[in-house]
Amino acid sequence: MSIFDFLKPKKNTASIAKERLRIIVAQERSHRGAPDYLPLLQRELLEVIRKYVSVDVDAVKVEMAKDGDHDVLDISVALPDDRPAVG
Amino acid sequence: MAEIIVVTSGKGGVGKTTSSASLACGFARRGKKVAVIDFDVGLRNLDLIMGCERRVVYDFVNVIHGEASLKQALIKDKRFENLYVLAASQTRDKDALTREGVEKVLKELADDGFDIILCDSPAGIEKGAFLAMYFADQAVVVVNPEVSSVRDSDRILGLLASKTRHAEAGERVKEHLLLTRYSPARVESGEMLSIKDVEDVLGLKTVGVIPESSDVLNASNKGEPVILDMESSAGQAYDDAVARLLGEDRPMRFTQLEKKGFFSKLFGG
Repeated sequence: MSIFDFLKPKKNTASIAKERLRIIVAQERSHRGAPDYLPLLQRELLEVIRKYVSVDVDAVKVEMAKDGDHDVLDISVALPDDRPAVG
Repeated sequence: MAEIIVVTSGKGGVGKTTSSASLACGFARRGKKVAVIDFDVGLRNLDLIMGCERRVVYDFVNVIHGEASLKQALIKDKRFENLYVLAASQTRDKDALTREGVEKVLKELADDGFDIILCDSPAGIEKGAFLAMYFADQAVVVVNPEVSSVRDSDRILGLLASKTRHAEAGERVKEHLLLTRYSPARVESGEMLSIKDVEDVLGLKTVGVIPESSDVLNASNKGEPVILDMESSAGQAYDDAVARLLGEDRPMRFTQLEKKGFFSKLFGG
């Protein structure tokens, strides 16, 4: 610390770190305990859907949720509004 | 009843072994009969930090494979007569550990009247780390205030909540955060995550905050866990953590920036 410190731009990288961690940790926790096959299932579903509709890579979401005693496999596909089908 | 405590982190180099050694000495200094086990098969280092590296004859893997008795393999500490070290094997690979073998050794220690069994986990989330945590009643998760360490710790917390004996029985492993290499000055200037930041992200309370200190390296150099140096802030901070783990209520120390005088502000230092 010195008298010239005020000349340097103030950096507050800790708050950036905290925000990034908050997001990634929440995301990773939401996948925790889910079966190992989910990512592969998600990829294959995406490939199948893309044979018929042109969708973005993040259009297919596969999640495992709990509903009372049941595990629910929640698959959602966001279709584009008016893009024509492939092939 | 022996209390099994795993010292773990996910990430390497954050201070697991340093912390295991100091916590073990701290518990022993408080009269507990303590065994500290190095689970890092192939990369043993606890012996070096504890200062007993030249007295290792038999190791953990020898005991598991029936090549030596537990009594033969336990290295008695020179400073505390109620403290024993069980070294990792340096020559085998991590597959030499088995769940049954680890369970047998832990049970034998418990039957021998040990109060506390500390399991010093290797880095990573492979077999050694898994077996170090599997039988734990409590976990000390060592974290540096830094993004990769915090993220890896959360991964470890997830494993503690699912891949342990207690988790499989529908119970919980009691988890504690141990923040190491903490620099109040860098937190103050906004370039290091604060205690509260880490607690917020991980949703866990801190059991101890060890300040960044050159005394830690000096202690490792000598093979004398830093907790034995009660002049040092790191040693005192580890002693506080030990007290808190035993249920004492102690205020956090060395977590605030010490205000500098006018001249050191002016000229740096």
